[in-house]
Amino acid sequence: MKALILVGGYGTRLRPLTLSRPKPLVEFANKPMLMHQIEALVEAGVREVVLAVSYRAEQMEKELTEECRKLGVKLVFSHETEPLGTAGPLALAKDILTTSDSPFFVLNSDIICEFPFKELVQFHRDHGKEGTIVVTKVEEPSKIQLRPMSIEKEVFPFMAGDGQLYAMELQGFWMDVGQPRDFLTGMCMYLTSMRQKSSPLLYDGPGTVGNVLVDPSARIGKGCRIGPNVTIGPDVTVEDGVCIKRSTLLAGATVRSHSWLSGCIVGWRSVVGRWVRMENTTVLGEDVIVKDEIYINGGQVLPHKSIASSVPDPQIIM
Amino acid sequence: MIQHHIEACAKVPDLKEILILGYYLAAELAQFVSEMIQKYNVNIRYLQEFTALGTAGGMYHFRDQIRSGNPEGFFVLNGDVCADFPLEDILEYNRSKIAAGSSPLITVMATETTRQQALNYGCIVMDQLSGHITHYVEKPSTFVSTLVNCGVYFCSPELFQTMATVFNMKQSNFYNEHCYSGSNDPINKDSEAIQLEQDVMMPLAGTGRAFVFPTARWWSQVKSAGAAVYANRQYLQLYRKTHPERLAKNTDAVIIGDVHIHPTAVVDRTAVLGPNVSIGAEATIGPGVRLRDTLVLASASVGEHSLVAHSIVGRSVRIGSWARVEGTPCDPNPNKPFAKMDNLPLFNNDGRLNPSITILGCSVKVPSEVILLNSIVLPNKELTRSFKYEIIL
Repeated sequence: MKALILVGGYGTRLRPLTLSRPKPLVEFANKPMLMHQIEALVEAGVREVVLAVSYRAEQMEKELTEECRKLGVKLVFSHETEPLGTAGPLALAKDILTTSDSPFFVLNSDIICEFPFKELVQFHRDHGKEGTIVVTKVEEPSKIQLRPMSIEKEVFPFMAGDGQLYAMELQGFWMDVGQPRDFLTGMCMYLTSMRQKSSPLLYDGPGTVGNVLVDPSARIGKGCRIGPNVTIGPDVTVEDGVCIKRSTLLAGATVRSHSWLSGCIVGWRSVVGRWVRMENTTVLGEDVIVKDEIYINGGQVLPHKSIASSVPDPQIIM
Repeated sequence: MIQHHIEACAKVPDLKEILILGYYLAAELAQFVSEMIQKYNVNIRYLQEFTALGTAGGMYHFRDQIRSGNPEGFFVLNGDVCADFPLEDILEYNRSKIAAGSSPLITVMATETTRQQALNYGCIVMDQLSGHITHYVEKPSTFVSTLVNCGVYFCSPELFQTMATVFNMKQSNFYNEHCYSGSNDPINKDSEAIQLEQDVMMPLAGTGRAFVFPTARWWSQVKSAGAAVYANRQYLQLYRKTHPERLAKNTDAVIIGDVHIHPTAVVDRTAVLGPNVSIGAEATIGPGVRLRDTLVLASASVGEHSLVAHSIVGRSVRIGSWARVEGTPCDPNPNKPFAKMDNLPLFNNDGRLNPSITILGCSVKVPSEVILLNSIVLPNKELTRSFKYEIIL
């Protein structure tokens, strides 16, 4: 079986992180977002994944090819000259996807859930029609905006009209993690689902509260309180007496003593000083330095910035 | 605050007695007064005004107490100023004027300020040669001079005669108005109120009997709570010269700049304090706490990893762990020569709180992990969440 993953788009909603790395490579729960999907696809028997990409293909190719080789899945890049929405890439990848008669998966790259690919194949084969769409209930349907040239608007309505489209309701959580606030909410859901599956990967060191994921190469100091809902990436340093809740620290980040973080994404190799308080969906891009004793409330800090005075109200720091 | 005044007075040789005049109940000050008597080994009495009598009304009311013992003269210090009080120099200056044949009734300590800020003070025009006050205007609406009254005076007992004239004039004015208006109000408390500035100094200007003692030493009003943090910084700086033993050393905790820790306070060795921090009696500062530009009053406690900056932590306040209590400094502009503090009103024109220091009233409880920014919390409040730019009643 094959799968098409739509990774186009510039990932503007997840800036400043996507200024350093294409969105599919941003680590969600210590794994590039795309790898969550590819691993689940491989599990369901997919042997070839087509990535519809429009920019930064080289970086993705470089970083993903090796991972996919290990998983035994073939990675094919279908280049868009410009982002084509959701239906365009499907048309573009037509030749690759139709080399066999077996059905194929299509998925957006920025959603996280307990991918039910095996059940989906079974469900699809059972009804025998053209397509199956996985659906979930959301609190605010109006929050979901569709682009004019999308498969959702141009294709699905006709398929549905012809009785060719079936819906399978998703069990468990679902989240579009394309923007920082939802990225953190999705992380909470993901960690909760890891707990439900009694995942051995959850961290249980001293001072841990609730569900916490810590890369084995990370160092955590004495007297810290970590959690609930925290992901700590590889080579991260958390010094003594730090309190972190509902946050993601990406690879190589440092949080110095006595600081307090809640609702934050700390970018790769960023350094958060001592007695810093950061909250309210503060996102530090790559290699940001936050000086000692600073307060950041909802700041989006662009890569390589140094913050020397407090940011009391939500804003973008360029 | 007035302990600094007492300390300055106690240093003047041949000082006979310190009188504290105020409208507070005597019982509220009794313990303080007895502590001060012990500490400085000087006579101190508290005289309570029966009603607010203005800056000179109280002096006139208690004139017999002040004159008793026939002093050469007496200092008058406003309670709401803080300064490196040059009392001996003022005395010396006054004596030199007498030796030169003058008979000063009052000598006023004065300092330079900016043109703009001078309008908030009593402005003095001085004769450069003689040191006479030639003109005095309290809080003028247009520019008069940059030399302003510091609220620190040396007075001759003869000044009471001038005050008597003012008092009698006010009384007779009042009596006349009272009769004509036919009011039944038997006592008008305002009739006994005398303002030293408007009622006494203004008429004395130009008579050659009021003198100016200009000083370049540090001086500031303490009219708002924000001024207390600034005043603390200046007093601590003064201690570096006068009482270095009162400043904390790095053996107690990590000390940056000038810090005062009361001997009965308990400060964890991993706390980082300063600059400009004062810790009161029996206060507790936990591990990994960071304090900067802050006064922690008696019996207060700050939990581990918390940060307090530009704030006043009241008596018996409890602050949890990983909390952040922060205000906005309102120090004078360091780039303007002679600039003083701007005593901004509490609220701006939109009715919003002006950014100022954060003040926690006594026995307030601040939970762990919250932030209090530019807020004022009234006594005994038990907070349950974060607050910014709020007065919590």
